[in-house]
Amino acid sequence: MASDGFLEWMRREGRIVIVGASLAGLRAAETLREEGFTGSLTLIGDEPYEPYDRPPLSKQVLLGKATADRTALPRRMALDANWRLGVAATGLDMAAKRVRLADGDEVEYDRLLIATGVHARPWPHEAEADLDGVFVLRTRDDSAGLHRRLMAAPRRVLVIGAGFTGSEIASACRERGLPVTVAERAAAPLVGALGGVVGQAAAELQREHGVDLRCGIMVTGLEGDSAGRLRSAHLSDGTTIDADVAVVSLGATRNTAWLAESGLGAGPRGIACDAGCRAFDVRGIVTDDIFVAGDVARSPHALFGYQFLSLEHWGNAVAQAEIAAHNMISASSDRRPHLWVPAFWSSQFGVSIKSVGVPSLGEEVLIAQGSLAERRFTGVYGYQGRVIAAVTFDQTKWLEFYQRQIETAAPFPPAFPTVDRRPEGLRPVPADFPDPSLPTHGPSVTLSGYSPTDRRITFTPARA
Amino acid sequence: MRLVVDLNRCQGYAQCAFLAPDVFAMHGDEALLYNPHADDSQREHVARAVASCPVQAILVDDLGDAAATVKEGLSSGQ
Ligand SMILES: Cc1cc2nc3c(=O)[nH]c(=O)nc-3n(C[C@H](O)[C@H](O)[C@H](O)COP(=O)(O)OP(=O)(O)OC[C@H]3O[C@@H](n4cnc5c(N)ncnc54)[C@H](O)[C@@H]3O)c2cc1C
Ligand code: SF4
Repeated sequence: MASDGFLEWMRREGRIVIVGASLAGLRAAETLREEGFTGSLTLIGDEPYEPYDRPPLSKQVLLGKATADRTALPRRMALDANWRLGVAATGLDMAAKRVRLADGDEVEYDRLLIATGVHARPWPHEAEADLDGVFVLRTRDDSAGLHRRLMAAPRRVLVIGAGFTGSEIASACRERGLPVTVAERAAAPLVGALGGVVGQAAAELQREHGVDLRCGIMVTGLEGDSAGRLRSAHLSDGTTIDADVAVVSLGATRNTAWLAESGLGAGPRGIACDAGCRAFDVRGIVTDDIFVAGDVARSPHALFGYQFLSLEHWGNAVAQAEIAAHNMISASSDRRPHLWVPAFWSSQFGVSIKSVGVPSLGEEVLIAQGSLAERRFTGVYGYQGRVIAAVTFDQTKWLEFYQRQIETAAPFPPAFPTVDRRPEGLRPVPADFPDPSLPTHGPSVTLSGYSPTDRRITFTPARA
Repeated sequence: MRLVVDLNRCQGYAQCAFLAPDVFAMHGDEALLYNPHADDSQREHVARAVASCPVQAILVDDLGDAAATVKEGLSSGQ
């Protein structure tokens, strides 16, 4: 009963602090108010802008159909909140329930939500990364800067890394008529997310649109002129490319550095939390006042063998924020699990690419509808005899059907005869994901002490 | 007026592109591109698009009167 009293007080006059004022942070704040939280709400964000939407930054904005400073997210309601924008959180004192800010201030909380997302992995060689013309694309400012440069008609754009963001940038460049080279270490674009079979279709799509696509290759160095402007790039096959713009699209690193000494289970791979969005501390004990949502979170999913998934998906940030917000102000019996089926979209070269489930778990893929050659198909991924994911190229209408197959652990390969099944769709083929035995950047935990009472776990964040 | 489309939900039915062509456009056969900060003069068109999207994928703030007008219009069968 005492805890009910606390909850009642919490909902009425508790203090909730949200660190990370972007998609997940905003949606969580709105959900808290919608669910009747009337206490004080503080949003802390290191960017000087109110929450804005990122997906248009690599699409509409680069195409000149929207401007980077006008992607602010619509509000579901007026939020009575205390906004601390343009100031980073720099530390967390879990015992005193306090967040430290870069300007020296401290903010106390009764419940904390961490939604600090990720940042783009920079070009590893610092002097080269500083060259004029070298970009990453994560923020509004990145996108505005890159768009400005594309407007100035560069001779050639080099995109380093052909994941979703890199491929979308290459697509926008081609649509603007700019010469573009894409350098990718794997055998095809999108291989990490969708595997080699679908990656080949993406490769052909790029080449058809005039992209100079170079796979199985690494950029070994960027070179500038005497004024510090990018001039050329060197590749691992010994060739050199003249380019005055390079976009580094090598994935992202979770924004957890500010939590390094906090005792929270946070490292470069994210913050581990339970299915109810409660963060784990370094000892593996779940906290009850610290919640996580969005790109920075890693949470177990019952449908995928309780594996900890970290997803950089727009829809996941929204869904997880709503669950976290609900659970923050609910009794344990009313809490909900975050069981969102992973889904994302991309659009590039005029093709709408969408996926549900976790393709990268797939061992085999079957082209169940359409054909790879026409770039209009549905690929279904199988894992240990069940349907685990699906991807569509311009066949959105099939996704819902396969989402249900995934949710009900339907057998793979699908037994039913489907419409528009082609000869290539009669048999599954290996999905062809890269060898996962690459070195990881995971943090490590060390144990010390002999007797059970002085046995300690120490958390050692790995270098990102 | 700010807007965002949940493109996980969007089925590319192009209703919105038909009703508010200055804000929503198809890019290829199925991909939707939209202006996340539409001009205020588009208010009524956008309100119609929001109301007629079959999967309710469009979120707009500040619709105010335009939304009310469209709702009245729809309920009175106009
Ligand atoms: C160019 C681009 C295109 C994308 N396209 C798609 C797409 O087509 N489909 C799709 O599903 N997803 C897409 N995404 C991914 C999607 O945008 C993200 O999943 C989503 O933004 C995650 O929201 P978030 O709130 O968790 O994190 P973020 O949006 O990363 O927000 C975290 C915020 O916290 C701030 N922050 C970090 N550290 C601190 C600190 N210490 N103190 C205070 N503030 C801090 C950050 O600056 C940032 O503003 C795209 C992303 C990008 C960058
Ligand atoms: S009307 Fe809705 S489903 Fe159709 S294209 Fe527009 S947003 Fe997508």
